[in-house]
Amino acid sequence: MRRVILIVFSIAFVYPFVIQIANSFKTGPDATAHPLSPIPDPATLSAFERVFFGTGMPVWLANSLLVTVVLTLGRVLLDSMAGYALARLRFRGRRGLFAAIIAVMAVPGVVLFIPKFLVLNQLGMYDSYLALILPIIADAAGVFVMKQFFESVPRSVEEAARMDGAGTFRVFWSVVLPMSRPALITLTILSFQSAWNEFPHTLVAVQNPSLFTLPRGLADLVSGSLGVGTQFPLKLAAALLATIPVAVIFVVFQRHFVRDQNQGAEKG
Amino acid sequence: MRSRTRENLAGWLFVAPVVAILGLFMLLPILMALWVSLTGWNGQGSPFRAGVPYVGGENYARLFTEDGLARENFMTSIRNNIYYVAVVVPLQTALALGLALAVNKRKTFFRTAFYFPSVTSSVAISVVFLFIFSNSGAVNQVLAFLGADGPQWFTDPRGVIHLLIGDPPAALTGHGMLGLSWWEWLSGPSVAMCAIIALVVWTTSGTFMLMFLAALQNIPRTLDEAAMIDGASRAQRFRKVTLPLLKPTMFLVLTLGLIGTWQVFDQIYVMSQGDPAKTTLTPAFLSYRTAFRDFDYGAGTAISFVLFLIIVLLTLLQRWIMRERKA
Repeated sequence: MRRVILIVFSIAFVYPFVIQIANSFKTGPDATAHPLSPIPDPATLSAFERVFFGTGMPVWLANSLLVTVVLTLGRVLLDSMAGYALARLRFRGRRGLFAAIIAVMAVPGVVLFIPKFLVLNQLGMYDSYLALILPIIADAAGVFVMKQFFESVPRSVEEAARMDGAGTFRVFWSVVLPMSRPALITLTILSFQSAWNEFPHTLVAVQNPSLFTLPRGLADLVSGSLGVGTQFPLKLAAALLATIPVAVIFVVFQRHFVRDQNQGAEKG
Repeated sequence: MRSRTRENLAGWLFVAPVVAILGLFMLLPILMALWVSLTGWNGQGSPFRAGVPYVGGENYARLFTEDGLARENFMTSIRNNIYYVAVVVPLQTALALGLALAVNKRKTFFRTAFYFPSVTSSVAISVVFLFIFSNSGAVNQVLAFLGADGPQWFTDPRGVIHLLIGDPPAALTGHGMLGLSWWEWLSGPSVAMCAIIALVVWTTSGTFMLMFLAALQNIPRTLDEAAMIDGASRAQRFRKVTLPLLKPTMFLVLTLGLIGTWQVFDQIYVMSQGDPAKTTLTPAFLSYRTAFRDFDYGAGTAISFVLFLIIVLLTLLQRWIMRERKA
């Protein structure tokens, strides 16, 4: 009985993805008539062709790639620097700053839409790559994770390096970071995932279609502003392209996703 | 003494970029928005120009006390979100706990399958569910197979309570509170909202399942075994041993759910844009729409701040409950 329930639920969780993949290889009428069938009849690449040649997809992909790479590298570097300082360096105002970062973590992103737009507008950054990247290149949660990690590793190696006269940044860069591979991999993956999927921030940062990232372009495509009607195979093909990179990373680095979630649970 | 100064300097240099960015794009925006919510700025030029009208608490008053479209929309969005929270939170918590119990001590395949939806793009997955819930889509075909007539999910504004009890009694339509009739308050989440609820429960359960799993794996085996030796049945062991030990995680999942469900936006944007008949309008989406489509930035930010207040209160409640538990 338990087994049957488990299988039913597995189907409920996996089958939407099967539907997504199968229908993006179908013709429009086939997708409408047999949405549940996992086998396209006839199988066609026309949806993908139209996505690549009839929409802004090439631009969206390039923008997403650029923004995601810069965001991921930036977050990993900045979050681990801040996390290291909060864990190891005794500087004035450290406690207060940490409390502030905890408070910032609790600020819900959705209430910041208009405020962020106001700042970008005021700084003259609205509608630029800078607007897509800079406001979200540091995240409080990443700082928190890295601080927790650095507190869990012994100080002895760093102290030995200090004895040899290395400066703080030198110790951090060539001793601490190389020792922190597991935490860095986790942070990289989570940053990649959230940067690739980021949607609402793009709404308040840019309006020029040549600056759209994939989720933004996809949302536009679906809301009909490009006049494609209800062409589901095309939309599903575009959605599939948005899903694949994270799916690949998820399958390869599954352990890291799961471990971080558990850490999240424990900190509460 | 010198090394102390140097450590001070190094520390601040290390945190400087994060402090600058969080300050510039989290703190400063909140302060600016607080000002804008007190003005009638329409998006032209800078909100700090001399000509921008200062209206005081007017934008807030329009949401709560003045009869009009602004209040009707706002109260509708609050109603929609209350129903959304009331359905999503219990469902996702129960499903997450059920899944965790089912996959505990089992192959990781199931865990992966249940967790995967949580890591995918919310926009992409919303597109998939638009197709699944379309008029001739997967859900309606399954319903047809079972002999039921599926609704037109995204164009059906009728509330589920409305569908259950039929036409409204006149006593409820004639009177109301805060700009909505009693009937509008009580008619339940619309059919369209139910489709969005289904998507959200489906995507978030996996995350919470992992939290329950972590807690389950921390429960010492010996406890369960001791209860077994004392002759407790499986159901008894679950109720008397497992469930009490899961209580902290349960609180965590429930409160995270309460906080998260007030922030629903992406799915609304992609799937319904607040339609049909405003029944999927939520405060987060309404604030966006009011500012960026109606160019009423004052009212838009005022809605944001009310939503902020709701979420802050829920967060404080969560921290207070968690503290009680630890003490």
